[in-house]
Amino acid sequence: MTVASRQRLDAGIMAYEMRIEHEPQAPVSEAEALAGGMVVRDLNAWYGSFQALREVGVLAAPKRITAIIGPSGCGKSTLIRCFNRMHEVAPSARVSGQVLLRGEDVYAPGTDPVLVRRRVGMVFQKPNPFPTMSIFDNVAAGLRLNGFLVRRSDLVDAVERSLRQAALWDEVNDKPNRPATELSGGQQQRLCIARALAVEPEVLLMDEPCSALDPVATLKIEDLMRELAREYTIVIVTHNMQQAARVSDYTAVMMMAEDRAGEMIEFGPTREVFTYPKDKRTEDYITGRFG
Amino acid sequence: MSIATYQRRRATNALMLGLCAVFAFLAVGVLVLILGFVLAKGISSLNIDLFTRMPVPEGEPGGGVANSMVGSLIIIGLAAVIGIPVGIGAGIFLSEYAGDRLGGVIRFTADVLTGVPSIVIGIFVYGLVVLRMGNFSALAAGIALAIIMLPIVARSSEEMLRLVPHSQREAALALGISRWRTIISVVVPAAQRGLLTGGLLAIARAAGETAPLLFTTLGNRFLSLSVTGGPVDALPLRIYRYATGPYSEQHQQAWAASLVLVLAVFVISLTARLLLRRR
Amino acid sequence: MPRTVLEHQLAEIQQDMLVLASMVESAIERGIQALRNRDGELARQIIADDLKINRKRYETEEKCLELMATQQPLASDLRTIVAVLYIIVDLERMGDHAEGIAKIALILADEPPLKPYIDIPRMAQVAIGMLMGSLEAFKTRDADRARSICDEDDEVDALYDQVYRELLTFMLQDPRTIHRATHLTWVAHNLERIADRATNICERVVYLVEGKVEELNDSKY
Repeated sequence: MTVASRQRLDAGIMAYEMRIEHEPQAPVSEAEALAGGMVVRDLNAWYGSFQALREVGVLAAPKRITAIIGPSGCGKSTLIRCFNRMHEVAPSARVSGQVLLRGEDVYAPGTDPVLVRRRVGMVFQKPNPFPTMSIFDNVAAGLRLNGFLVRRSDLVDAVERSLRQAALWDEVNDKPNRPATELSGGQQQRLCIARALAVEPEVLLMDEPCSALDPVATLKIEDLMRELAREYTIVIVTHNMQQAARVSDYTAVMMMAEDRAGEMIEFGPTREVFTYPKDKRTEDYITGRFG
Repeated sequence: MSIATYQRRRATNALMLGLCAVFAFLAVGVLVLILGFVLAKGISSLNIDLFTRMPVPEGEPGGGVANSMVGSLIIIGLAAVIGIPVGIGAGIFLSEYAGDRLGGVIRFTADVLTGVPSIVIGIFVYGLVVLRMGNFSALAAGIALAIIMLPIVARSSEEMLRLVPHSQREAALALGISRWRTIISVVVPAAQRGLLTGGLLAIARAAGETAPLLFTTLGNRFLSLSVTGGPVDALPLRIYRYATGPYSEQHQQAWAASLVLVLAVFVISLTARLLLRRR
Repeated sequence: MPRTVLEHQLAEIQQDMLVLASMVESAIERGIQALRNRDGELARQIIADDLKINRKRYETEEKCLELMATQQPLASDLRTIVAVLYIIVDLERMGDHAEGIAKIALILADEPPLKPYIDIPRMAQVAIGMLMGSLEAFKTRDADRARSICDEDDEVDALYDQVYRELLTFMLQDPRTIHRATHLTWVAHNLERIADRATNICERVVYLVEGKVEELNDSKY
């Protein structure tokens, strides 16, 4: 064994021993989430008279990926839309409770939803680039259209940065003025991610971002998510349990109550939720014994 | 089920199909007849003079209807400038902002307005604009035609804007773009072809209206380019004058002018349809 | 009931594991019998049967892998399969130990018995009890039963001490007994190993029921 490999082996053993000392990894504390991520408390949401969410509480740890899973109709999308105040865009939509972004309630009276949405970005299930705009214009849209005057050079830098972050730069930088609709499905979704990142949000919400994509594109986006989690707080809604298990650090499980309102039944580190869940309903849902 | 029943049913099917085909041909055939008739009657008098010369005094040969064409262009231009933006604005309001109740009221009003006889609109503008101004004018005619165009543009704009998928609006809103900016920079550009089409079809419709012109611009034997100064001639008016006069020279020119008018409307409509189809 | 295929396959691997356990139990029992009766024929039979035990273990392992690849099990299903995978390894090793006992029975078959066998059959009895008990605890998912079975390992260790000292005395007194005594010590050693593996199985049962791995009953040996 060479000296170098001996050293690597020793370093590896030391690192392993240190990890054992610090295990088990404590679940994210509310204080941590309050300071750097998002905290939801006692959230209720209605569409007209129909209650879609009841007393939901959840944490989104900073620089981690939190997955929200649950059967169809349990309110996952409604919940995530409350994070960036998109819920109220629907007619007669109403909310009560708190959604705290770094400790400030986004629903506090007088808060401008437009400003909230700049800090909390969103990527949707079906890729939705603006069809009349080129790739460049799509990514720049958030910067151009939010009322601030941006110098052309700054715009170009921002677009390049975002496309690199979304792992799309290499594929499109030769002709960034092509219409966005010429890209494949997976590329379009990465374009939407770049577009969302261009306004430099603190949190990125992803509502089933891979459901419309093929398996290869899906895995690329999952890799991308892990990269992005180094800088951003990420919350992902997915109905694909294996994806949630692969990608997330924390998992929140939602269920539909008898009156069809959505409730949060479990929240914890992904490792625990998928090997030893605490709630029987979670166990039934995860193992597929659910109804 | 017996063979007889089956055969009887097939015969009935064929009969019904045949009847429907006949009616379809009749419907199309009418248009073809009109075009053909006008074409036949007018093609002989269609010459460059028609477009470049002024009308000559009664009885004399030659001359053209240049002043009518110019006048029509001015009037329709004014109508478009007034009617299309307002119509699109109404369409935007209906599609993006109005609630169900208010939207329903506005739509109903627009539909009623479409049904108001154009002559009544002409009289209305006469009282409102011509009397106030003290003279007939292209502007008055433009306003009248704009009123006719307005509900058409509003309704078609609303339809076109509704066709823009909701996901586009959501994408823009989620970026932190304000509502009005979203509409102007994302929704309207996405619907631009449809909006243009709607405008063109409204123009095609208004271009042929004659009754309102009678009360607002009266007609003018001479070329006038003034917008508010006095009466301006228009193609439908000239056709009316010539066709109801005794002179066969003028009848010929009327046919030719009719041909031009019909062809113009035809071309605008065709362009509008093609625009919508091309991706 | 959704996931019938998964349910069926899970039941099948657990059944296979129980069959493997009874094959091992039989091998241990017959091994002691062959030793007591100096039955060379029986011993040879047991040695041949060990191949079947190995094959059964690998078949079950294959089924577990296939189950994991095709059904993506999670939570308790996943823990069950992992537990089965580890337990069949312990069972197969126990089978090897039983085969070892049979080999020694074969060697000693032609020699007169050193002394009446008392402690060694007693060790076997306790070890078999622990083996079957641990699998009962698995079937009923009883973590407390699993923990109490581990305590019985102390008895096996105590018996081993006793056997070892006794045989040592024999050897010191009469060098002609060394051949037989050392082999008998190996038998006792194999039995002690079997009991220890049974505690491993109990640890897996606790993991299955409670979701954590903990060391139960640190063996003296």
